[in-house]
Amino acid sequence: MSVLTPTAARSGVAGHLRQLEDQSVYILREAYRHFDNLCMLWSMGKDSTVLLWLARKAFFGHVPFPLVHVDTSYKIPEMIAYRDRVAREWGLNLLIAQNKDALANGMNHTLGRVVCCTALKTNGLKDFVAERGYTAVILGIRADEEGTRAKERYFSPRDHHGEWDFRDQPPELWGQFKTSFPEGTHIRVHPLLDWREIDVWEYIRAENIPIIDLYFNRGDGTRYRSLGCAPCTFAIRSTAKSLDDIIEELRQTTVAERSGRAQDEGRGMEVLRKDGYM
Amino acid sequence: MVALSDRAMEHLSIVVVGHVDHGKSTLLGRLYADTGSLPDGRIEKVQAICQQQGKEFEFAFLFDTFLEEQEQGITIDTARTFFSWDSREYVIIDAPGHKEFLKNMVSGAARAEAALLVIDAQEGVQEQSRKHAHLLAMLGVRQVAVVVNKMDLVAYRQEIFASIEDEYRAFLTKLGVTPERFIPVSAKLGDNVVSRSARTPWYTGPSVLEALGLFQKEIPQEDQPLRFPVQDVYKFDSRRILAGRIAAGRIRVGDRLVFAPSNKTARVKTIEGFNVDSPLLEGAARQSIGVTLDEQIFVERGEVACQEEFAPQVSTTLRCNVFWLGARPLEIGCRYLVRLATREVACEVVAIHHVIDVSELDVQETRTLLLKNEVGELTIRTKAPVAVDRSSDFEATGRFVLVDQCDVSGGGIVTEVLLDEHASLREEARRRDLSWVAGDVGPEARAAHYGHRAALVLLTGAAPNAQSALARRLEDHLVADGRHTYLLAPENLWRGLDADLLSADDRELVRRFGEVTRLLIDTGMIVVSPTSAFRRFDPDAVRTLLHPATVFMVHMGEPEANPDADVVLEASDDPNAAATNLIEELKRRGLLAYTLGEKRFEYASYTI
Repeated sequence: MSVLTPTAARSGVAGHLRQLEDQSVYILREAYRHFDNLCMLWSMGKDSTVLLWLARKAFFGHVPFPLVHVDTSYKIPEMIAYRDRVAREWGLNLLIAQNKDALANGMNHTLGRVVCCTALKTNGLKDFVAERGYTAVILGIRADEEGTRAKERYFSPRDHHGEWDFRDQPPELWGQFKTSFPEGTHIRVHPLLDWREIDVWEYIRAENIPIIDLYFNRGDGTRYRSLGCAPCTFAIRSTAKSLDDIIEELRQTTVAERSGRAQDEGRGMEVLRKDGYM
Repeated sequence: MVALSDRAMEHLSIVVVGHVDHGKSTLLGRLYADTGSLPDGRIEKVQAICQQQGKEFEFAFLFDTFLEEQEQGITIDTARTFFSWDSREYVIIDAPGHKEFLKNMVSGAARAEAALLVIDAQEGVQEQSRKHAHLLAMLGVRQVAVVVNKMDLVAYRQEIFASIEDEYRAFLTKLGVTPERFIPVSAKLGDNVVSRSARTPWYTGPSVLEALGLFQKEIPQEDQPLRFPVQDVYKFDSRRILAGRIAAGRIRVGDRLVFAPSNKTARVKTIEGFNVDSPLLEGAARQSIGVTLDEQIFVERGEVACQEEFAPQVSTTLRCNVFWLGARPLEIGCRYLVRLATREVACEVVAIHHVIDVSELDVQETRTLLLKNEVGELTIRTKAPVAVDRSSDFEATGRFVLVDQCDVSGGGIVTEVLLDEHASLREEARRRDLSWVAGDVGPEARAAHYGHRAALVLLTGAAPNAQSALARRLEDHLVADGRHTYLLAPENLWRGLDADLLSADDRELVRRFGEVTRLLIDTGMIVVSPTSAFRRFDPDAVRTLLHPATVFMVHMGEPEANPDADVVLEASDDPNAAATNLIEELKRRGLLAYTLGEKRFEYASYTI
């Protein structure tokens, strides 16, 4: 039997997780309704995999838009294997975005982390969006990850250069979002904004979502808490070998989730996100 | 699998609002720091930045993320933070107090279940203190606690606290908001934030932290009558699923649903789910669900499913309170898009009854404009009827946003649903449709069989002979194209069906014409009618009787004469060419297709 097929008998989540699920599903359906040309980013991490799962919930087993993986070429190899396996089993329309020019010119993190993230992730994404003419991109960012994301909208406009004007964000109330916009701009849709790290894990456990095993301690006393490129993502010390262990660990910890992500140092994320980073 | 509810925590979202510089961010910073809710290293990181920038550390900086905010010392945008205490998880929304950023405050407050209103003890009640309270009331946030901050600057004097409480309590009461409590605080020094302070021995109430615990979780709207706004219709596989979020009430398998405003009815066949092992039998308020129906009726986004005996009102004319956030003022006579639940329809501002001066809650003189950040009482008129409730009865179907060009520019709550001039025809259509005796062949089956949908094409403007010539050519071309089409000249009814009428009864002539076209359209036909024979023709009356069937209006002549026309032609256009162009237009709008508007998609070829 495939590890990707949920086996537990179940009739849906309840309580707080159900509320989060209902809100995310509502947002996904609004996005699909309002934008004809949209895509969803999938990094194979826990958040965007939960997002993908929620899309299958929202559309009753289907994912009616392409999934885009912004591939920096520096991802941890297991992530690529997991990506291709899930895509095949779930019948996903998976597209790979890559800034080939930057890679051909030798772009890597030793040239500067913000420089590298901007070239391979921000620009890799922006060029792909522009080339394919997407008017909306769905992303799995969460408000509790770091400060600039705490200020995001569910539907967040990007200008002609793909940049985020955080000073002038649209009002968002009563489930009504910004869905019309000038030609040449696009909207970032953030259905997971209200989820916290622990919610994501509790949901993965409740729904039995297949998750990449890099998140677990596989015997060496470490695990990844947040996944990115191999050179800039560091494992944390942890004994957590199961979902229950991770959830218990998160209840105790006071260390920030992204402390193992090098680009967050100093004001890295603020600069990156203003320019259109995810 | 571990049960999810092994640690059932309640979740509550709280917004913090108040005048600029009255200390909202400082209060939050202090609350998080003193309850040990900050991640390791957060205080150190912010202290380092302060040192680098050569300024004193403040608790407010813990949440003012953007460099610019720290430089200007203001919160630019709503930040959401999470914090748990005493078996409750809080989402704290820090809304900015700066005047320029009211729309962010509204965005923050709109998703809150309770509010902390912060007032500076030294400055007292200010304009934004009043405006924010007013908006909280409009946004539906009913639980409010008032934090009187900076008590250290007034030497913790009780009479200052008491006078602010008296003044603000009186103001809030006028808004219909009953504050649960007033708390004297110094966020900077930590008095009465987490624990009670010895510096305010005269105060015996709870600290801010304790006050959070005293807020009640909102009571769900499950026990209200059903409101299920249709968000979308999916046909991804063999199932035709109506998707949406239940706004109020419950849906059970087998329930008979009435859709407003189309008056279509059907029973719930299944409630669809993904990754569930047993069939779902029920959905309740706030849940995002999908249902299939026992009959293939044509309903689309914007309809509201309800129970027949507790239906929402249907009208085009709404009295409402609106706050305006747009850079361009809201103007009488201007057109906006109104978005109410999942319905989107153009509207016009008919009247601005008055602008509410939030400082005094006084009524100002009549105006033709509503400026940015003002609140006014208006009447709006929608281009097509909407299913709507008063906001005091139903939250989700009683409030709306207004879109100006591309931007959500205002929000409103419905205070009264007014009868418009077609209210009696609408009621007639509703009663008729709800008791309509139908055969087993539905409109979808007819459309599939005929290869097109039914529609009424009305011709207006121009001279009678020009209308007639175009109507003939259009019927001729459509039939030649294989479409079931009939030219109905209204005067054909006059000698027969209308023989009992005095010729002056214009309204009744239009009504009967509408009912006859309603029948013809039910047969699946395209009906083409010139209208020049009517002395006074009211297309909206016909639309009301035919609703929700398509009425396609072609105007010949000056566009100003019929602003609601779908297509405008020159009166002198050649009828043959005009007919050909119109058919193209009908095709372009999907009227000559038989699929009924579901969202479908094709799986792209697999790329790995």
